[in-house]
This record gives sequence, structure tokens and C-alpha cells, in this order.
Amino acid sequence: MNLAHTTPGNTSESLIASVKSYLVGFLLSVILTGIPFWAVMTHHFDKPITLGIVLVTAIVQIVVHLKYFLHLDFSKEGRLNTFSFLFTTLIIVMVVGLSVWIIYAANDLMM
Amino acid sequence: MSTAISRDLYVEQADEHHDTSGNTLLGFWLYLMTDCILFASVFATYAVLFMNTDGGVSGKDIFELNFVLIETAALLVSSITFGLALIYAKHQKRSAALVWLMVTFVLGCVFISMEVYEFHHLIEAGHGPQRSAFLSSFFALVGLHGLHVTAGLIWMAIMMFEVGKTGLTKRSITRLSCLSLFWHFLDIVWVCVFTVVYLLGVL
Repeated sequence: MNLAHTTPGNTSESLIASVKSYLVGFLLSVILTGIPFWAVMTHHFDKPITLGIVLVTAIVQIVVHLKYFLHLDFSKEGRLNTFSFLFTTLIIVMVVGLSVWIIYAANDLMM
Repeated sequence: MSTAISRDLYVEQADEHHDTSGNTLLGFWLYLMTDCILFASVFATYAVLFMNTDGGVSGKDIFELNFVLIETAALLVSSITFGLALIYAKHQKRSAALVWLMVTFVLGCVFISMEVYEFHHLIEAGHGPQRSAFLSSFFALVGLHGLHVTAGLIWMAIMMFEVGKTGLTKRSITRLSCLSLFWHFLDIVWVCVFTVVYLLGVL
């Protein structure tokens, strides 16, 4: 994450470059928001395919936000942020995944 | 007397120690990571409870995707306008930064008003949080995100006031950078909300 470490350059080129990076992220987000809404609202595909589209675009969009808006990367300064995020992701997968697994398995046993 | 001295010291430190803003941002990032886990727990609750409608409405009956699409657009555009505000702030362009902060603030207000309208509409129709486990977890999850956005808006109003009054000091840029992390983080949470709650709910 470069937020803290970029020296406040006063050149107009660096301004244009940062604006450009944000615009790329924004355009990708618009597309990645549009596709799942369109797929669900028009019922263009079968249910399992729509489900796949919705989940994949959501995950890709999260990565786009992390890269273009939160500037997560593996550079020396940004590494600590990225690894703390990856660790959090692991915890989240465990909390959500295992909760859902346990409760749904319990529901099945109660039937 | 002594407090005045210590305050002077503090100001001096804040102005002269160039590395502290990096520490502040890392600390704020770690807070956001704990916030992530809070949201994850509420998402897990929703995932476990969303089928328990107690004979009442389900997501299919109450979600209006057109409405949610406009909410999403407002939040997504506010994300880029905040990005622009931060870029201009870092380049010491105060009026441009303030204009983009104002635009972001208005878009955030649009989002929150739409959410309050949706909640009000649901409660009026008898689909309040006390109706079923599904509605309780829905209001808890979407409401938690809404509370965060509201907190972000209050913070943003204070920052506009600060930047307007004292200009773009090193300290206010650090604060704006923290708010930027917070605001973009909320947008990511909203991506999860519209995917898990609205799109998968209607599917």
C-alpha cells in the first residue's frame, strides 16, 4: 500500500497517473457490477450458471478494489498490510465456512 | 502550563516526524481487519438464518434489484470521487479536494437515505426485524454496514471542516488517507452485501 509512502509529488504527471489508475479500477468495477445484476435481472442463464457468474464477478471485483483503490501490493512498504489482510481472509474463511458447514450439517441431522 | 508545553511537543512531533503517518495508517488498517472479522461473523449469521422465514416473506418477495442497483452505483461512484479528493489533497490542491469531498459526501447521503427509505418501507409493511430470523439477520447485516457508512459521513464532514479551516497539513492528509481506507473498505463490504443478500436472495 503506497498511501503513506508516496511523497506528495507536485508534478502534474504523477497526478494524471494516479487519476488514471483510479479510473481503470472504477471502469472494471462498473463492468463487474453490471454483469451479475444483468445476469440475475434478465434470467438469461440457468440458475447454476448465474450463481457461478455472481460469485466469480464478486471475488474478482474485491480483488480489483484491493488493487486499485486500497493499493495493496507485495512491495516492501505494502507487504505488512497485504499479509495482515491475507491472514484476516484465512480467519474469515474459517469463521464463515465452518459456521455454515456445522449448522447446515446439524440441520440435516435434525430432519 | 505543562499541558501547553506537552501540546506544543505533540504538535512538533506530528509535524516533524515523517514516519508516523505510515504507522498511523498501518494501525488503522489493522483496525479495519478486525472490522472485517466483525462483518464476517454477521455474514455467517445471515448465511445460517436466511432460510428461516417463519412463514413470512423471503428475500425473493421483498428485494427490488433496480433500487439496489442505484444504491450500488451511488456507493461505487463515491469511491472514485473520494479517490480523486485524496489525490488532489496530496497534491495540495485544496479547493479541488474540497469539491470532490463534497461530491462524495452527497453520494454517501444518497446511499444512506435510500437505505433508510428501504428499511422504513419494510417495517411499515410489517416486515420488521422482529418478524423472522431471516429479517433479523437481514436488518443486522445491512444495518451494520449502514451504520459504518453513517460514521464515515460524519468523519467526512469533520474533515471538510478541518481542511477548510486549517488547510492541507500533513496531519489532515494522514487523516484523509485513513478515511480513504475506511471508505473503500466499506465499498468492498457492500460488494459482499449486494452479492450475498440481494443477488443470491433473488436468484
